[in-house]
Amino acid sequence: MTQPYGTNGAPGADADADEVWELCLYVTDRSPKCLQAIANLRRVCEEHLAGHYRIEVVDLLENPRLAADDQILAVPTVVRKLPHPIRTIVGDLSDTDRVLVGLQLRPLRSGAT
Amino acid sequence: MGNADLTGLVGAAIGPGLDRAPTGISGLDQITGGGLPRGRVTLVAGSAGAGKTLLGLQFLVAGARDYGEPGVLLTFEESAAKVADNVRSLGFDLDGLQRDGLLAVLAFRVEPTEIVAAGEFDLEGLFLTLDDVIKRVGAKRVVLDTIEVLFGAFGADSIVRAELSRLTRWLEDRGVTAIVTGERGAGSITRHGIEEYVSDCVIVLDHRVREEISTRRLRVVKYRGSAHGTNEYPFFISARGFVVLPITSITLDYGAPEERVSTGIARLDHMLGGGIFRGSAVLVSGTGGTGKTSLGAHMVNAACGRGERVLWVLVEESPAQVLRNMRSIGLDLRPWTDAGLLHIWPARPSAFGLETHLALLVQLLDEVTPTVTVLDGIASFAHGVAAAEMTSMMARKMDLLKARGITILATALGEGDEASTLSVSSMVDTWLLLRNVESNGERNRLLFVMKSRGTAHSNQVREFVLTDHGAELVDVYVGAAGMLTGSARLAQQAAEREAQVRQADDLEHRRRELRRGISEHEAHFAAVQDQIAAERAELDRIGLRERHEAADTEADEVAMGKRRWADAVPSDGANR
Repeated sequence: MTQPYGTNGAPGADADADEVWELCLYVTDRSPKCLQAIANLRRVCEEHLAGHYRIEVVDLLENPRLAADDQILAVPTVVRKLPHPIRTIVGDLSDTDRVLVGLQLRPLRSGAT
Repeated sequence: MGNADLTGLVGAAIGPGLDRAPTGISGLDQITGGGLPRGRVTLVAGSAGAGKTLLGLQFLVAGARDYGEPGVLLTFEESAAKVADNVRSLGFDLDGLQRDGLLAVLAFRVEPTEIVAAGEFDLEGLFLTLDDVIKRVGAKRVVLDTIEVLFGAFGADSIVRAELSRLTRWLEDRGVTAIVTGERGAGSITRHGIEEYVSDCVIVLDHRVREEISTRRLRVVKYRGSAHGTNEYPFFISARGFVVLPITSITLDYGAPEERVSTGIARLDHMLGGGIFRGSAVLVSGTGGTGKTSLGAHMVNAACGRGERVLWVLVEESPAQVLRNMRSIGLDLRPWTDAGLLHIWPARPSAFGLETHLALLVQLLDEVTPTVTVLDGIASFAHGVAAAEMTSMMARKMDLLKARGITILATALGEGDEASTLSVSSMVDTWLLLRNVESNGERNRLLFVMKSRGTAHSNQVREFVLTDHGAELVDVYVGAAGMLTGSARLAQQAAEREAQVRQADDLEHRRRELRRGISEHEAHFAAVQDQIAAERAELDRIGLRERHEAADTEADEVAMGKRRWADAVPSDGANR
């Protein structure tokens, strides 16, 4: 679980790169799923990207048009804007393994390179 | 046959009750009794390329343009620009409608490989977008094009399922009339069974290709709150969009004008009681070379001569060929093409399928706006086409033309007993049969009026003669020797003339004989009278002489007595 990031050849995941991960979390107000997603994302980032990430929380209720502009169907959705390529993870992020796979912080199977 | 009954059937099939939102697709509105159920969600299912998107778009465009109902298209398949490009050729100006705020097109690109699901979620982004855009354009109509792509996109189908069910209720709560499209599935209407949630109206589109000829069909599988016909209705995509042809409604709503139009052949008009009814259909069938095209050309010529616009559909010859050939029988049609009255459409059946042919025909009818259409060689389509399809094609064609009040003359190859010709003949009002008869080493053409609805028509056969000044109908000779045509008829006519002359001679001869006889007898009579007179005179003479002789004798006796001194004798003859 607490495997250090950047040791699996994931792009842009070098331990001491200056690179900052830009993550955008789309939510709707303070629904339980969204609150949970925010908490889960913060936890994962702290564990794997401490000091190298920035999370922007977008409330679609405040600006519904962003959903179409940013192609957001599901809520909550996390979009990794940087590093490229863009990755999309939907859900309350309670499945940490899937989150790590989605963010390419870990390959699908441990042991693979 | 019971047209009124059919009207009733179609009318009652989906009767009143539910309020309906017209789709602007005339055939479809007819089948559904006015359109899709208003304020409900309709599922349109079909395989790729079946026309689902187009149906949805036409529904939106008609709403925005013609019914004051702005709409929203949410597509999961293509980009908004691509959607607009695809339908621009059909005259749908999506960009313009969007500028006018009557339409909004939004595209969501769903790429399953780029999305990972990690925990619970909902489709609130979709709902928010819809809510926003519906409010923005004041949408009354919504189309969600192939919402099924959401299945598999998130790797969490149970959530998608629940959300789609919620979406249906959500749309209904907003009172919008919606179409969702779905991919056709094996064993179920859609691949992911979304018909479970969308249950008010289900329309299935089908696209079959048989023997290289494509046929599209539409079926209303379900229409809640209304009885509905489960017939399959052929449809096609023309240059003006979706066209559904409810064949069962054929001959329902056409007017029945009393006006007669000429066929261009005076005696034929006469045989048909003064021409054919405007807006009726005439079938001319016959084997090759019986003069079907020429008959059609006369109709064309007559119509153009009246200043009417004519569409002439040729499937066997090129326009140049036909124009040249018709000149040989004294019909020069080029002035009509030059004047823009005659439009000739060479439509080789092999060049495109029946659907395309129909689509192009519709387009031409819209452009040329003819009042008379001559379809030359309809049976040429029969090659490689199942009889049923051919029949249904012809029915649709007739329907298209009749609905526009166009007078039709169709020619078909065949003696009339072929299935294709027979089935077509039941759709037409007048059926003329041209037949070649072979006798005395020559072929001649005969014309029969097989039927003519609503018209007292001649039951007589006429010989159809093509001269260098057009076609003519000539009485055939019917006598003890049977029916005579061509030179046999001419020979018979000559023989008759000869016989007449001979008979006249005979009479003259007899008259002379008699006259001579009479004068002979008269002469004889005169001679006899002379003789009678002579004999009478002789008779008189004899009497006279007798009296003279008697007187002489008496005188002699007196003289003798005087001489013999005889006593006086009484004069009463007592001399014995």
